[in-house]
Amino acid sequence: MKVAVVGAGPAGIRAVEQLLRAGLTPIWIDESPDGGGRIYQRPPAPLDRSARTLYGFEARKASRIHDDFEHFSHLADWRPATLVWQIRRAGPAIELHCQSDLRGFTCEQVDALLLCTGAHERIVPIPGWTRPGVTTLGGAQIAMKTQGCAIGQQVAFVGTGPLLWLVAHQYAKAGVSVPLVLDTSPFTNKFRAAPAMFATGPATLLKGLWYTASVRRRAARVCEGGWPVRIVGDQAVEALIWQDQSGREHRTECDALALGWGLQSEARLADLAGVAFAHDAAQGLSVPQFDRTGRSAERGLYSAGDSAAIGGADLAEQAGARVALALLEDVGQSFDQALSRVLDTSLARHWRLRAAIDRAFPAPIGRAAEMPDETILCRCEAITAGELRAAAGPLAATGRAVEINRAKAFSRVGMGRCQGRMCSSAAAEVLAAHHQVALNQVGHLRAQAPVRPIPILAAPPPSAPPVEGSRP
Amino acid sequence: MRYIRIRDTARRSVRITVDGASVEALEGDTVLTALLTSGSGWLRNSEFGDGVRAGFCLMGACQDCRVQITGRGSARACATLVTPGMEVTRR
Repeated sequence: MKVAVVGAGPAGIRAVEQLLRAGLTPIWIDESPDGGGRIYQRPPAPLDRSARTLYGFEARKASRIHDDFEHFSHLADWRPATLVWQIRRAGPAIELHCQSDLRGFTCEQVDALLLCTGAHERIVPIPGWTRPGVTTLGGAQIAMKTQGCAIGQQVAFVGTGPLLWLVAHQYAKAGVSVPLVLDTSPFTNKFRAAPAMFATGPATLLKGLWYTASVRRRAARVCEGGWPVRIVGDQAVEALIWQDQSGREHRTECDALALGWGLQSEARLADLAGVAFAHDAAQGLSVPQFDRTGRSAERGLYSAGDSAAIGGADLAEQAGARVALALLEDVGQSFDQALSRVLDTSLARHWRLRAAIDRAFPAPIGRAAEMPDETILCRCEAITAGELRAAAGPLAATGRAVEINRAKAFSRVGMGRCQGRMCSSAAAEVLAAHHQVALNQVGHLRAQAPVRPIPILAAPPPSAPPVEGSRP
Repeated sequence: MRYIRIRDTARRSVRITVDGASVEALEGDTVLTALLTSGSGWLRNSEFGDGVRAGFCLMGACQDCRVQITGRGSARACATLVTPGMEVTRR
């Protein structure tokens, strides 16, 4: 029985723990040289800071994750700094195509695959978003957490979700000037969702209240229910023009800006492996189909953590353990049934908490549909919303394209190096609105191998030295 | 546009070159940090003439921070640590 786990974040670590307990030695792969995932990412060695400074309230959890990772990585077949760039079926087996600087190109055949590949941020492109000085919320946090840097001297935070308030708090606390926090979700949403959050996750709610209170105290201005209009500046950010809830326009001076509207699953490997996708109305996104235990309809394919459904780090740890037990059950191995029952109960409560958080910070569905024609939609290929509308619209020479893969072929939107990670949700909304169809009619932007750029030189034989020189 | 060092500044310095000019970085810096804290202001020109870029996601997903590094070819500035004498070229 050969099993591979892709991803060494909270879900991957707990999945590997259960597989090791059952006597298996999984191949364990992460693109990063270290474990912990993005949430518990550690700075490079020369930056020496205590877990308390780095992770705040989550310091103990982070230390436990890192200690467990160190332990399990010695017991499993750990492959750091390795990219899985393609997955194929080979009869009943699953074929993983990998690339790393150390080993070059390799291929692994496994009987079962657990994908714990995490998430990336959901972005609504606003005029000026490609300018130097604009990052995602996660990017702004990584700069602070792993490099000890702020992305500017006066940093505005725009978007919605817990991460918006957390990163704004971290910057303000570090002494960075925060001229504006613009949460596009109205206060009333949070107020209405608060009782359900309190009932299912009181500690999470209290932490959230602590961060928002800190931000309200330290930021020059906080607005809820508004919307960003455009980023002003030429080679750098100078200001943000934004609207408040009543539609009045304001200008806030800033030299950097962080954007983000929650997370979306990083499920391109699941897509290549044949997992089905379906439209999720609450998120307005096409999402991979895994059940609550992490099973897919495809034999031997599992996923847990944010790559299966967005739930955050605490949920990911439990889902990681649960999916490993599901795998063991499916192959007829003995597994800890008591633990699986405990996890199912706890996971159900966590999912209710997550649903309440999503009501407090609703997805910005339909907001990208209003993008001005001249605004860049696909930042890799520098294609504007207007160019997509023209290339896929009813008057296009190639004929109309409602379906997103067809529209990609006609416009190149989503064809660049990031493979639509930054723009696909916005492109779907622009297409649906332009053709006046429901968002679910646009379909799902299919993943293509390689899921990230790899060196273009042909794969060398195993004995050859690693490939030098890479091109996207 | 400039990143500001807030913490962990007591590190050994590392010299690299950016487009031939010597730049001082700190051990543990990513190429992105080294360039954007030292006043480079940007990392690459968009191939499509819409101006300069300086990365976006900082976690290896968006690919918008690619620079040329001698001996390695194109690399993500956010995911590559500086080494003494590293030669970085912006396109």
